[in-house]
This record gives sequence, structure tokens and C-alpha cells, in this order.
Amino acid sequence: MTKWYRENAPISAEDLTDEWMRLKRGSVTRRHFLGVTGLGLAAAVLARQPGLFNSTAYAEDLGTTMSLATWPNYHDPATFEAFTAATGVAVEVNVFGSNEEMLAKLQAGGTGWDLFVPTNYTISTYVKLGLIDPLDMSKVSAFSQATESARFTSEGAIDGTTYALPKNWGTTGMAVNTSKIKTKLTSWKDFFEVAMTEADGRAMVHDYQLTTIGSALVSLGYSFNSIKPEELAKAEELLIKVKPHLYGINSDYQPGMRATDAWMTMCWTNDGAQLNRDMPEIAYILGVDGGEIWTDFYAIPKSAANKPAGYALLNYLMTPENAVKEHIANGAPTTDSRVLKLLPADVTSNKIVYPDEASLTKLEFGAAVTLTDPARAELMARFKSA
Amino acid sequence: MTTDRKRQLVTAALIAPAGLWLCVFLVLPFMAMVVFAFGERAPEGGYQAAFTFAQFANLPSRAAAFWNTMMIAPIGAFLCLIVAYPAAYYLAIKSNPKYRLVLVSLVVVPFWTSLLVRTYAWMYILGSRGIPNLLGMIGIEDIRLLNTPGAVLLGIVYGYLPLMIMPIYVSLEKLDRRLLEASADLGAKPVSTFLGITLPLSLPGVMTGVALVTILLLGEYLIPQLLGGGKVFFIGNALVDLFLQSRNWPFGSAIAVTLVVVVVIVLSVAMRIAWRVSGSRQVDLV
Repeated sequence: MTKWYRENAPISAEDLTDEWMRLKRGSVTRRHFLGVTGLGLAAAVLARQPGLFNSTAYAEDLGTTMSLATWPNYHDPATFEAFTAATGVAVEVNVFGSNEEMLAKLQAGGTGWDLFVPTNYTISTYVKLGLIDPLDMSKVSAFSQATESARFTSEGAIDGTTYALPKNWGTTGMAVNTSKIKTKLTSWKDFFEVAMTEADGRAMVHDYQLTTIGSALVSLGYSFNSIKPEELAKAEELLIKVKPHLYGINSDYQPGMRATDAWMTMCWTNDGAQLNRDMPEIAYILGVDGGEIWTDFYAIPKSAANKPAGYALLNYLMTPENAVKEHIANGAPTTDSRVLKLLPADVTSNKIVYPDEASLTKLEFGAAVTLTDPARAELMARFKSA
Repeated sequence: MTTDRKRQLVTAALIAPAGLWLCVFLVLPFMAMVVFAFGERAPEGGYQAAFTFAQFANLPSRAAAFWNTMMIAPIGAFLCLIVAYPAAYYLAIKSNPKYRLVLVSLVVVPFWTSLLVRTYAWMYILGSRGIPNLLGMIGIEDIRLLNTPGAVLLGIVYGYLPLMIMPIYVSLEKLDRRLLEASADLGAKPVSTFLGITLPLSLPGVMTGVALVTILLLGEYLIPQLLGGGKVFFIGNALVDLFLQSRNWPFGSAIAVTLVVVVVIVLSVAMRIAWRVSGSRQVDLV
């Protein structure tokens, strides 16, 4: 990942400047400060190298810049540099902490995104609201439906029309710094208990209604996707009780965990793998009582300004040789068996990335209704403002 | 054309750009916000036309955020004042005039860098690898500074200090030194000179600084978000959430309108008090 994550030392002036320049390139949101995957508008200055790729591959005029909306710590910066070198298109990356925020931006209009990364349960709503276009599959020749695992990719198509292509799947578990927390956590029930006791002032939850409310629901024995008022009321009670003990409410928890300001957090597979890779004392645990399993997709907004470049990057990312580098860097499991074959054994044998099937049985995919349910949105807002 | 008429036309032409700007970018959006505030959240989020007071009835659900803002903004402004006054006093009265310009520039220099990046730097200073790390070296382990109300106040004082120093400095610099000499000649102790002459004469600057910092703090969301970790919640943070997460534009508009009304009321009262305290001198803000 980015340099300053690797060095477990105070940030240098140079790194801070780098970080700042990265933040500056994002859109104007309060998530500017989110630690971002290093990437590069700097890549824009790299000379275009037509010799590497034949110009026939990109017959259309791709322009010089495009914009991608994605999640924190989710890409290998080298991928974008290579894409820029191949096509001359610089990729501007905007980072978000929740699907709600992406939806809010698209609803408000004028995002300028040419490609974005929605999670499985949101796609039907985007289609219903007319915010994304069906994909022109002739422009994504690198994608192979036959090698995809339908379990993870079915929500990308609605009534036989493909609107989104899978990026990777993953789980929502908990990352625990075992050198700081001696209790062995196994469930979400444990998570919230330890957050109020041993990890008092050191636990983080996402700034994201789906996982924060969902995991609280699971810890109480309810469904991750519940919208039943009485169950939500119980979850709210728990969250508000936990809140004074929390270190923070933030979907970008890697900086806090790496600095050991935070000792445990709700965590996505890819972040869990990255944290564990660099700091082996950080364990990634799936709740035995349940939790979330998900697939993130790539989709092209109807309002995209540079669709040719959006398709070009999508096709580039669907190419197994490119995808495999992304998967090695970001630590999320692939849905494509072609990519799986190319991955080194130390990745495919990593239990954080490819957990045993048995540990997945209780996990639930997010349900579309949670995205738009006003009760969950309002609960999250009350929790944050409490 | 008479000269009067010509003068009027020139005035109108000069005011037009600012007036148009304010109309298009302030008045019209504000009117849209008022309309939204009486509407409903569409099923998938956003705005849907309606006429309801439901949004205003829901305001108490954000009472905590209002309360935090109304408490921390004045406290932050007051802390700024405590830190700023001696600095401004030194700059205006005690410092060597030869170096005064340099010293005043030093106060302004931080503004050359964005508040965001300066606040971001504080995250590293207060985070585990910063001050707590140094404390750990002398045996004080596991101190947590980041994501606390104290960190937010520190960030506020740091970020807004120059805005407080400058108006106080300006009002103290205009101070007629002969008044201080006269006071001393007549046997007043330094303390009574300060309380009887210096402080009252600098009050317009103090009030300007306090009002400036308070107004900006009422809309603050960056510092609580970065240094408070999403736990110290201002009304600005509630607004961002309503527009960017819940997509409840009508309720967000209702809160924004309420905030504007509250700010206008608070400031009018504060300025009235300020006028009274500072006698006939005008405090030019409201």
C-alpha cells in the first residue's frame, strides 16, 4: 500500500505533502481526509507509450482524464499508473465510506464519475432510479461470464440485462490487535462487549449504516438486514450505549489501526488482509453469529462524461493479468476462476481472503431495502449525533 | 443628464456585480432551501414536493448536535480570545516597531496553507505516533488524545487564532498612547489602566473577533470530523450526514434554515450587548 502505511514511524513532511496532494484530488467531501490508496494523477505526467499496447485496442478517443469513485485502500496504485501509461488517460480517484454517500452524490448529479464501485445490494436501486446504464458488453471483451461464480455475481444483472460487473467479493468481520486485546473474540456479541470493556476508547465502527446497524443487529441475534422497528430499536439502544466507549466512527480505519490508536474495528476482508500482512498481530475474525458477505461491482453512471474511458478502464480491470495484481495488492477474494488460477498459493491459502466455507454459512448478503429504508438512515444519524 | 442621476447610475453599476452575485448564490439558494424544508423525503431519498411542518417537528432529534455546537462554538471563541489577546497586545503595544510587520506576518503565515492540511497534521501530532509516543518513552503508556473533545477544542483554537488576533491587534494599534501616559501620570496602577482604558477601547476589536470566530464555528464540521473521529458531532456534521448519507434533503434544509435563524438571533443579541458595553462606538458587524 502507500508508503506511509508501511513505515511504522511518524509521518515525514514529504509523506504528508503526498497525502495532502492525494486528498486534494478527490471531490470536495468531508471524506477528503480518508486515507486513500496511493494513486496517481502523477501518473498523468507519465509519457504515453503507444508501443506497449496497439492503438487498435483503444480505437475510440479516450480523452486524457477520467474519474473513478471507489472505497478506501481498494486498489493497487500501480494499476492506474499502468493504465495511464497504456492509454494516456489519467485516473482521478474519489474515495467513499458508504454506498449511501455514493448514491447521494449520484442523485444530486454532476459527479463526473466515469466508473464507480457499488456493492451488490445497491444495484437494483440504481437501476430503478435510472442512475446507471446497461453495460455494452461488446466493449468489455475481457470479461468472461462462464468463469464467474454466480453466487457472487448474480446481482449485477437485472432481468437478464447486465448493469454491473464484479470487482471482488468479501466479508465484513472484525480486525483485532491481539497484542493489545487479550480476550479472544469470536462473535459480534463479543465485539460490542469488548468495545465497552477491554477496548474502551479503542474500538471503531463504520460510518456506514449497513454494517454498523447490521452487525449490532447480528450481535442481538437478529438478521443483518432487519428493518423491523422493534429490532432496530434494540440495535439503536446497543449502539448508543457503546458510543461513549468508541474510539471513532469512521469507515477508513486502517490509519487508526496501524498507528495503534484503535485496537479493534469492524473490517472488510481486503483491509483485514492488508492489516494482517503488515502487522501480523492484527487478526481478522468472522462472527460466528453472522455478519455480511458481499460483492462489489463496477458500474458506469448514466451521467458519465467520458464513457469510452470508463469502459476502457473496466475492460482493463477485467483482464485477468491486470486483475491478479489488484487482488494481490488489495487482498480481496476474486469471483473469477481465471484470476484464481493466476494467484500465487500464499494468497489463495490465506484464510482471511479465502475463508472456510463453513465460516460463511451464517453470513448474509445485504438487502436492497436497507439502502433506502428511512428508519435505518435515521437510526444511523441519531446514533452519530447522540 | 443631471450629475445626481449620473452618480446614481455609477453607484448602481458598481454595486451590480456584488448584488447579482449575492442574489444568485445566496438569496436564491436560500429560498430553495426554505421551500425544501417544507417538503418530504422521496422514497429513495432526495426531495419530493409537499407542504408539511414534519421536518421542523423533527428538529429535537438533532438537539444534541445543536447543543454541542452552541456550547463548543462560544467556548472555542472564548479560548481563542484568551490566547489571542496577550499576543495582540504584545504585537500592538510592546513589540519593537521595527519588527512589528514581520511579527504580524508570522501570525498570518499559517493561512497560506489550507485549514484542512493543518488539521490533518494535528491528527499525526495527537495520534499514537505523535505526542502519546513521546509520553510512552517517559513511561506514560496508552494516552489517547485524538478523537476527544479536547482535541477538537485544540484544533479550533489553533485554526481560528489568527482571526481573533488580527481585529484585536488593529483596535489596539489605534489606541492613543497618550491616554495610557495620562492614566499613569494620574497615579493609576497598570491593572486599572488596562481595565479602564485599554480593554474598553479594544472592545470593538474583541467583539469583531469573537463574532467572526463564533459564526465560523457554528458552521464548522471539518475539525470535529478529523480530530473528533465522528464522535464530537456539530450541527455541520449533522447537515453533511443528512445530505450525503440519509439523503433527507427536506430535513437537512429545515436544520440549515433553523441554524441561519439561530445565528442571526444570537448575533443580534450579542451585538446589542456589545454596543451597550462599548458605549456609543459602533461595532460594525450586524
